[in-house]
Amino acid sequence: MRVESYIRKPNRPLQLYAVIFLIVLYVPVLFLPLFSFNDSLYVRFPLEGFTTRWYIDLFQRDAVWNALWNSVRVGASVAVISTIFGIFAAKAITRYRLPGKGPIVSFIMLPLVVPLIIFGVALLVLLSQLGVPLSLYTVAIGHLIICLPFSIAVLIPRFEGFDASIEEASADLGENAWWTFWRVTLPMVGPGVLSSLMLTFTVSFDEFILAFFLTGTQPTLPMYIWGQLRFPQEFPSVLALSSLIIVTSFIIVFLGQWINSGATFAANKEKKA
Amino acid sequence: MSRESAFISIQNVEKYFGSFRAIDNVSMDIGHGEFFSLLGASGCGKTTLLRMLAGFENPSSGEIFIDGQPMSEVPPHMRPVNMVFQSYAIFPHLNVRDNIAYGLRKQKLPKAKRNEMVDEMLELIKLPDYGDRKANELSGGQRQRIALARALILRPKVLLLDEPLGALDKQLREQMQLELRQLQRTVGITFVFVTHDQEEALTLSDRIAVMAQGRVLQLDSPSGLYERPKSRDVASFIGTMNFFEGRVKQANGTGITVEAQGLGQVTVPASEGNWAKGDTVHLAMRPEKLALSDEEPETGMGRARGTLQNAAYLGERSHYFVKLDGLESPVAVSAQNRFDGELLASEGGDVWLSWRDSAAVILPAS
Repeated sequence: MRVESYIRKPNRPLQLYAVIFLIVLYVPVLFLPLFSFNDSLYVRFPLEGFTTRWYIDLFQRDAVWNALWNSVRVGASVAVISTIFGIFAAKAITRYRLPGKGPIVSFIMLPLVVPLIIFGVALLVLLSQLGVPLSLYTVAIGHLIICLPFSIAVLIPRFEGFDASIEEASADLGENAWWTFWRVTLPMVGPGVLSSLMLTFTVSFDEFILAFFLTGTQPTLPMYIWGQLRFPQEFPSVLALSSLIIVTSFIIVFLGQWINSGATFAANKEKKA
Repeated sequence: MSRESAFISIQNVEKYFGSFRAIDNVSMDIGHGEFFSLLGASGCGKTTLLRMLAGFENPSSGEIFIDGQPMSEVPPHMRPVNMVFQSYAIFPHLNVRDNIAYGLRKQKLPKAKRNEMVDEMLELIKLPDYGDRKANELSGGQRQRIALARALILRPKVLLLDEPLGALDKQLREQMQLELRQLQRTVGITFVFVTHDQEEALTLSDRIAVMAQGRVLQLDSPSGLYERPKSRDVASFIGTMNFFEGRVKQANGTGITVEAQGLGQVTVPASEGNWAKGDTVHLAMRPEKLALSDEEPETGMGRARGTLQNAAYLGERSHYFVKLDGLESPVAVSAQNRFDGELLASEGGDVWLSWRDSAAVILPAS
């Protein structure tokens, strides 16, 4: 009989743990779509029958469409701006000998762990002191702060993943910094850029706390949902809307990850060859 | 080589990384069309020097001239040099054709002319049908050629090569060495070649600078370095060398006589340098300059009697190690295995070592 090393051996308890982990993580979320198709105003078992009327109802409301459009605009701008900043930051972090690089990087990543309510309050105080009226712009500023670390975190491995001598080769062949960036760096980190755009868009699109503090008269989608929660008769529509948001976010994030890992795989394959 | 005819002139260049001195006051001149090698162990500064020629590093002090122009204010993308990187640095997102044509963008050539130049290059590197391949579908040797073509298509005044054959297996490396040498003769461009492989440097180069700890130990032709090393470091870095401690007994117009440990009195031609009576020196002899025999050699040769410690058969040649009285380490002897003159002595037996006067080199005792 072959005795397998414990390193390769399938580990039953670990598999069980993984399954329980996934159940705890996602089963609550699955209740949203489940009840969004339930033909009843009240969220309770037993289910009373299948309906799509909450969805149809949703599509007929202008307020939903307005909020969606607001969120898309904020999300898209934040995604583009934070990814551009992210590219420069990731390049600087990976390519240049910066004094105090470690602390700088942790400082940039800090918004990932600082409670958003603190950022929300701080920004609100600052903006009101400066006399800046609350609007979608202020929401976007808030979202930039939390999206930048995501963007950098996605892009740093892309920059680390390719040999700096490829950029040197471009310079050696006569291209200045701008053309080297355009012809070599950007295509090389391209998948990371796409992935960063998708991730930051999703983060901004789903974000509630900062939007809560910084929204003016135009609500983002999460703000709209929050507003609707006061009306019990609207609750099934909120479930429908939330289900749609979850599905869309999942698709975007998975697509981004898939693009990025596909490119990483190709890069590794190429390194080995 | 005179300063005027120098194509690349490196003058009193120093380079510090923090407090570490990577290059220590190096000056050298490289001629036009020369195949010039920088040889040394890793960390000796050879790659740093090459990168300074390319412009990726700037000298901390001193100046580099290429074709008469000072280079310190010239960024890499403006220099008349191109480089073949150790990792080849082929652009993985472009196919072979676009890789080779990469540097042609600024020349704004018509498409037909551009294609023609790329075809010519593909022909030169013997990969005519590979234009549409992706970079990651190529083998190491093919990438190396693409890297060469990509640099040569720009007709640089100097081609810099950073250990370009290091990643290839032995057989391919030897083949590429030949092709590289041939290519250099065809295009007539000055090649500056960095390597840690002494055999490669000897095979390819017109001249070699042997470097260690940021300094140039000796700059000479391959045979000059091998036959007449100037220091013990150079002598032991290139090939195998037997060293014998000794003292100069007599030095005059006809020859220099050294009393060497294990060998007795050895006389070498007076052209071996300026030595005075009483100088402590090292006598150096290559293994293949020594002959081994069972019987006492004819007169007119230097000779010593020893014991055969062991013998290694290597096919075309054998290596012998001979123990001499008064010497701790055995003397290495290398002999061709010809059908005549076969050595009869077995390990432990008595043998004679012999050599010609010109076989020995006198080196300063370090």
